[in-house]
Amino acid sequence: MIAAALTTDSFLERLPVLARDTVTGRLPESWRWMAGSLLEIIAILAGFGLLFAYLTLAERKILGRIQNRPGPNRTGWFGLLQPFADGVKALTKEDVVPAGADRVLHFLAPVVLVAVSLLGFAVLPFGRHLVAVELDTAVLYFFAAGTATELAVFMAGWASHNKYSLLAAMRALAQLISYELPLLLSVVPVVLVAGTLSTTKIVAAQGGWSLGFVPHWHVFTPWGAAGFVLFMVAALAESNRSPFDLPEAESELIAGHLTEYSGFKYALFFMAEYFGMCALSGMAVTLFLGGWGAPLAQLEWIPSYAWFTAKLLVLLLGFIWIRATLPRLRLDQLMKFAWKFLVPLTLLNLANAAGWSLTAGWTGPLQLVRWAVALALVAVPFVVLGRTLSAGSAPRTYRFA
Amino acid sequence: MLGSGILQGLLVTAKNFVGSFHDPARYTTLEYPEVKPALPEAYRNFPFLVCDNATDPLGTLRCVACQICEKECPPQCIYIEKSRDKKPDATGKPQIYPAVFAIDTSVCMSCQICVEVCPFDAIKMDQVFEVATTDRYAALLLDRGQLTKPNTYFHTIHPTEAAEVDARLAADRQAAEEKARVAALAKAKAPAAPQAPAAPVAKRDQTPESAP
Ligand code: SF4
Ligand code: SF4
Repeated sequence: MIAAALTTDSFLERLPVLARDTVTGRLPESWRWMAGSLLEIIAILAGFGLLFAYLTLAERKILGRIQNRPGPNRTGWFGLLQPFADGVKALTKEDVVPAGADRVLHFLAPVVLVAVSLLGFAVLPFGRHLVAVELDTAVLYFFAAGTATELAVFMAGWASHNKYSLLAAMRALAQLISYELPLLLSVVPVVLVAGTLSTTKIVAAQGGWSLGFVPHWHVFTPWGAAGFVLFMVAALAESNRSPFDLPEAESELIAGHLTEYSGFKYALFFMAEYFGMCALSGMAVTLFLGGWGAPLAQLEWIPSYAWFTAKLLVLLLGFIWIRATLPRLRLDQLMKFAWKFLVPLTLLNLANAAGWSLTAGWTGPLQLVRWAVALALVAVPFVVLGRTLSAGSAPRTYRFA
Repeated sequence: MLGSGILQGLLVTAKNFVGSFHDPARYTTLEYPEVKPALPEAYRNFPFLVCDNATDPLGTLRCVACQICEKECPPQCIYIEKSRDKKPDATGKPQIYPAVFAIDTSVCMSCQICVEVCPFDAIKMDQVFEVATTDRYAALLLDRGQLTKPNTYFHTIHPTEAAEVDARLAADRQAAEEKARVAALAKAKAPAAPQAPAAPVAKRDQTPESAP
């Protein structure tokens, strides 16, 4: 992946690869592969660990500002040391395991959850030359690995020997499995149009600009925009984030499957949630937002990993913004939303994308027809489905408020 | 349309986010230990005793240990012991003073009844709210020395009420002086015109009390 392009790239672009090669260059030939992989793992762990730490801080600060208060600002300058203070606190807390709990499973659940949620990062192309593992079936691998989180959540709920945990675990299973479907179905159009399951090739397929300034990102096509929104909604649900945070609904279930966890194990769950969120956002960037590609040809001198990070951060801030805005859904609303709304829309979107790739050769006025049909295929079902599903339930009138 | 409510909601939160950086009406948080809150004038918590002269607080207490507040206090948290001797008060008149005056602030419920019933404007409500201590018995039982604060302090915390009290006290004092002057005049005239036979007897009874 490195050899050919390396010579033409700027120094900053090559920097991570060069850094790795200087370290591995000192080792005997047979060890280099191993050392390189280890370095990549360390880089991902450190990078996303730090991102996790500061994401928690950013989330608390932004939520605070949205609720018109300052948020944590006492630990260090602007509260910048808060994540470390939280880490020390989590480490020094007593680790309570309920008497009736299955000790092994109880211990294993957070570990498995974190491990599994880290797997996805392996196939994300963070930059032009930055992908830990280049797989031909990277997209498939990513979602297959991500599905295992459901198992860990259920482990936590079952092993805790607590009614709230168990209820939450059952909710989590229902939710995660229901939203797995729209999540995957919204990815299929990308695979269909790009014609590959490899993340690097999907990013490469989005390179280039039409008219000199409109990037060929999938999100700028009708089916891509719809797919992106559907993917992000399903990703919200997959990462247990508000408004889909039913498994740990604190007002109903104490803390859901986290009820019986304390200290560092609790922090691990938290970490896994953020890792999952980061991984899914990274996947959304890769699939729909052109991966590490720059939005304008003139901006290509900025290294590709910076673009990837910027897009990732924008999506993560979107997650936080949504969390600050929307209240939690009810379980039946959640299921209805997935099965009656998201799944049909993703299926239609798949057909739409198929039509789009069949009509790729159309030019001139036919191009306009192609756009109009695709846009109609996105907008009309959305409006019609929305109308029929929300008929009778919205807008609500509150009589005693 | 489906989703328009979500967009409206996102707009509201975004407005709050941006507004909290430049709009003090939205961002109302005071970072307390550094920034002290501006308390409303009517805020009150525990009573304090007013003295007229800050340099001699215990000597110029307005309280005359009449014990009305002690009797009226609903949770009975005031304890007063009268003095055996008399000391001149701010106006120079000898008065009984409280030898012990203590309020148990752990019991006080800030009802202000003691203030309402005091005929001498000697007890008023304070605004000190940083009353945390490490000892919940002795440290919360405030004695005479801790309770006494000068009238100028009263002016800083409740300016309107203090001005009103000062005006009333001054008017009372003036009325008393006027009365004393009239009485003195009448006494001076009395030997010259002894018309009312019963009056001098009554006067003779009163004078020793009010004269010194
Ligand atoms: S404020 Fe009320 S409770 Fe407190 S000392 Fe005065 S009368 Fe008693
Ligand atoms: S504070 Fe007022 S009511 Fe209470 S003993 Fe003193 S003078 Fe009497």
